[in-house]
Amino acid sequence: MTTLQDVSLDTEGFMVDPNAWNPEIAEALAEEEGLAPLNERHWAVIDFVRKDWGETGESPTLRRITKQSGVNTKELYALFPKGPAKKVARVAGLGKPKGCI
Amino acid sequence: MKRLLILGGGTAGTMVANRLVKELESDDWKITVVDESDTHIYQPGLLFIPFGTYDKKDVIKPRRRFLPTDSELILAQIDHIEPDSNRVWLKDGRSLAYDYLIITTGSRIVPEETPGLAEDEWRRSIHDFYTLEGALALRDKLRDWEGGRLLMHVTEMPIKCPVAPLEFLFLADWYFHEAGIRDRVDLTLVTPLPGAFTKPKASEMLGALLEEKDIHVEPEFNVERVDPDDKQIISYDERTIDYDLLVTVPVNMGSEMIERSGMGDELMFVPTEKHTLKAQHHDNIFVLGDATNLPSSKAGSVAHFQVDGFIENFLRAIRQQALLPSFDGHANCYIESGFGKGLLIDFNYDVEPLPGRFPLPGFGPFALLQESRANHWGKLMFRWMYWHLLLRGKELPIPAELSMAGKWN
Repeated sequence: MTTLQDVSLDTEGFMVDPNAWNPEIAEALAEEEGLAPLNERHWAVIDFVRKDWGETGESPTLRRITKQSGVNTKELYALFPKGPAKKVARVAGLGKPKGCI
Repeated sequence: MKRLLILGGGTAGTMVANRLVKELESDDWKITVVDESDTHIYQPGLLFIPFGTYDKKDVIKPRRRFLPTDSELILAQIDHIEPDSNRVWLKDGRSLAYDYLIITTGSRIVPEETPGLAEDEWRRSIHDFYTLEGALALRDKLRDWEGGRLLMHVTEMPIKCPVAPLEFLFLADWYFHEAGIRDRVDLTLVTPLPGAFTKPKASEMLGALLEEKDIHVEPEFNVERVDPDDKQIISYDERTIDYDLLVTVPVNMGSEMIERSGMGDELMFVPTEKHTLKAQHHDNIFVLGDATNLPSSKAGSVAHFQVDGFIENFLRAIRQQALLPSFDGHANCYIESGFGKGLLIDFNYDVEPLPGRFPLPGFGPFALLQESRANHWGKLMFRWMYWHLLLRGKELPIPAELSMAGKWN
């Protein structure tokens, strides 16, 4: 089991360097969020979010995730209860989603 | 003869046409604006209609009157853009070739995106104020409403003018006080955001103002559906809130024409370069105003600050020069807070709204992030400035790039 000791997190618990992320860290972060163990559907979301971040450099919005990952909003809330936007970004090792202004 | 085509003759499109007509040689360039109607709506004025401050006649004027006489206005619906052949197709079958294209088709509400919203109770017990029809229907509703629970509800970010829901609540608080029924009205802000606003200092300050006025906040509420018969809104995490009157800002999206052109993101906004306003995948297309996917506010003031730097960049583009990173996300918004007062916030991509004085450091006359009477008059005066200075591309007494002078960190 990976611990988060060697992972740099910001004051809100988001990874400072998304490139340092790996699946073990995701499991450890998910444990902290009370989501562990991650199942196949969690991974469908996380894999999409990582891939999209790699292409666009941004954390995708919830709408983008549900339109493109094959996981609908209702399920997304069941997988990552209470605030999926933040939880998905945190477990996927990305920064806190930028609120629009 | 080259053609510059501007899609959408709203705030951004009109400003751009007026500024570029002065810069481009009329022997070399033809400027064409396409819009589906000849009615220009002063959108910041819609907020005041439900409370009877403004009427329909105060917020509409003919579009043509604000466009340069040297430009052509085509009143038609746009079907799609064909960027690979530099051509725009209209719904009536005509097509227009262009050398450069500016997309200023804005943002609109789409209540159909939320189940239960745009059904039998739409404009009966469920209202919007982001359209002229909606604002007028809400005015009629408020006139003989006897009180109960009013929810000011925001469906999903981003929305046009993100401070408008707060202003609506402040003005509603005042309106119901004057009507003598404030004690029979519960006012609640229901928002997907963690607080009153996205930026920490402003959220704290505006949150305190809401509390002072006995307006409640239900944060982090992401609506799944509305039950119009039981008068409830239900979130994805299965929280429910009852209402008597639901005032909602439905999902905001760009033009469907953008989607038909295959040029939009999931909300039909056009992916745009953050500092140059060039469309991400096309070198002869620019996007201004609310139609972009940028993380700046969707507001007229933002469009105004965009245009300032854009003109120089457009001239560089047609001379094949590199574009400058001129847009910093600058926004400047008056916030009506009721009882004849208002606030003003000034911010950009990187700097959050801070307290201070504006536009002259230390003097004002406008106070940043705190209530004052001058700010309220600033907002009402702005309607005159909008029609007479802003749309016509004349100088406003505000610099385009955000200044830190006069702000208190």
